[in-house]
Amino acid sequence: MVEISKINDNIYEVPIGYRPGMRVPGRIFVSPLLREMVEPGTIDQVANVATLPGIVKYSMAMPDAHLGYGFPIGGVAAFREDGGIISPGGVGFDINCGVRLLRSDLDSKSVSPLINTLIDALFEAVPSGLGATGRLHASDQQLTEAFISGSKWAVEEGYGIEADLTHCEENGNMPGADPSQVSVKARKRGRPQLGTLGSGNHFLEIQRVEEIFDEARAKEFGLFKGQIAIMIHCGSRGAGNQICTDHLEVLSKAVHKYNIDIPDRQLACAPLGTPEANHYFGGMVCAANYAWANRHIIAHWTREVFTRYFPDCNLNLVYDVAHNVAKIEEHDVDGKRERLYVHRKGATRAFGPSRREVPETYRNVGQPVLIPGSMGTPSYVLCGNDRALEVSFGSACHGAGRVMSRSQATRLFTGKSVKAALNKDGIVVRSTSPSMLAEEAPQVYKPSNEVVDVVHNLGIATKVAKLVPLGVSKG
Amino acid sequence: MKPFEYLEHTADVKFRAYGETPEEMLSNAAAALFKTMVDPATISVKEAWKVALEASDLEDLAYLWLSEIVFLFETESAVFASFAVSLERCVDETWRLSGEIGGERIDLSRHAFENEVKAVTMHQFQIVKNDHWCLQAILDV
Repeated sequence: MVEISKINDNIYEVPIGYRPGMRVPGRIFVSPLLREMVEPGTIDQVANVATLPGIVKYSMAMPDAHLGYGFPIGGVAAFREDGGIISPGGVGFDINCGVRLLRSDLDSKSVSPLINTLIDALFEAVPSGLGATGRLHASDQQLTEAFISGSKWAVEEGYGIEADLTHCEENGNMPGADPSQVSVKARKRGRPQLGTLGSGNHFLEIQRVEEIFDEARAKEFGLFKGQIAIMIHCGSRGAGNQICTDHLEVLSKAVHKYNIDIPDRQLACAPLGTPEANHYFGGMVCAANYAWANRHIIAHWTREVFTRYFPDCNLNLVYDVAHNVAKIEEHDVDGKRERLYVHRKGATRAFGPSRREVPETYRNVGQPVLIPGSMGTPSYVLCGNDRALEVSFGSACHGAGRVMSRSQATRLFTGKSVKAALNKDGIVVRSTSPSMLAEEAPQVYKPSNEVVDVVHNLGIATKVAKLVPLGVSKG
Repeated sequence: MKPFEYLEHTADVKFRAYGETPEEMLSNAAAALFKTMVDPATISVKEAWKVALEASDLEDLAYLWLSEIVFLFETESAVFASFAVSLERCVDETWRLSGEIGGERIDLSRHAFENEVKAVTMHQFQIVKNDHWCLQAILDV
């Protein structure tokens, strides 16, 4: 049996030979404490990804890695344009699930007394929970435009402002969308849900900046201690889920056509440049743009709620990141510049100042990397470093990472007990389903500080600020 | 033989559904999927939805069947409690499924949701036939 080796206190290597067919080693970025929490199944998934054709350097797992399907959650892998593949197993069903952070010019003293009112108003304004349909009633034509233009379309429709666009990864409008690759079924699921938060771990939170770790970078991001900020965590809803489902079926046949040996059907894929790969990519981009439009609309309604109670307040977009997506990026591989398809499944892009993808406003420091905590635990803002390009193709973690199954959580906690515990900590919660609240109890996640420290210590991204929740609206 | 059982999984829902016949296994798998979301005892069968699917093998057909239930749940805003399945093996070796799904429209005052199944994954998705038929699936919730 080939053993996993410890490279240093934050890097563990899964050597070639851990499972048959590995083309590159695996790398798991964890502290010794977090290493104990990584299930054997997660390591198997890291090794499975390493068998895929055209993989470059390593199959990687971020410190919040846990068992997923196909890739592990927290998985990162890059594939050569020439000889590589694209796989929905490296993106997930909730394509462009992501995080958006709005900073206010309000401090917590003025907002805290109104926190119940604000959360109730946000809960009303932003439809959430199972079966929720939007206030938007998008037409079929509008849906197509959302697929093609994402946030740009949303701004044209009067949601949000022009300046928001430059503060989104891909400007909220990823090129390459092909709406002909979105099925009637995906449109049917996606149309009524545009402008909805969803359920599960998705949330809208009012947060307070609790601690600043890096004054200079915080200033660049417009963050200060005591400030009120709003974090939105959601994705492409039924549209993305169906687009993934549809293409997974096609790609699971493509592996036979192209003679690709995959260790797990969820790693279904097609060689880059083939029709199947192009079709999936075109459909995936539609879902990614839908998600950016979705977060844009939700942010707009959030602004409306805040200005109802604080007419002079401004909510400016700090940044919006995608943490389930495959992107075409240029990276240095063995001293040569190469175009790669970087898959991030539960991982956040963390680019430093040298990358042209970083908005000009942040070109001095690097992009904001937004790491949501679980409900009731702190979230973090980090700043991407150029060092991340060498370590992880410019990728960081995406959250705290689950450590306990949902069924175990519902055995241990009730929605009522979780809510009471949060209230005791001064956190107001509104949720449509008590049992979903139990599944998202803070204890089911790994300690977010430990996860973020690994990313910081590896030099992937620098800790800038810690934000704590004051109020949560959940599905 | 129990109709289905749930297995531990950190983030998602894993189950095995059993049957004396592939039809019974597919029916039980649909019930397992739906029970993840809402207690079937709270669902009355008031309406029926018909499903017709075709695939080149039984595993693909099972994937289509479970994915179709997720699609219908979301687009019809309905919850389901009965799943009748009939299968046909065609001369060209393809499989055909006709299903009738019974349930009612979602009424949040009666239907307390424990989860939302977003999709059926292909991870470790498999059908095994030993003493009886067994389908294993992991749901993205």
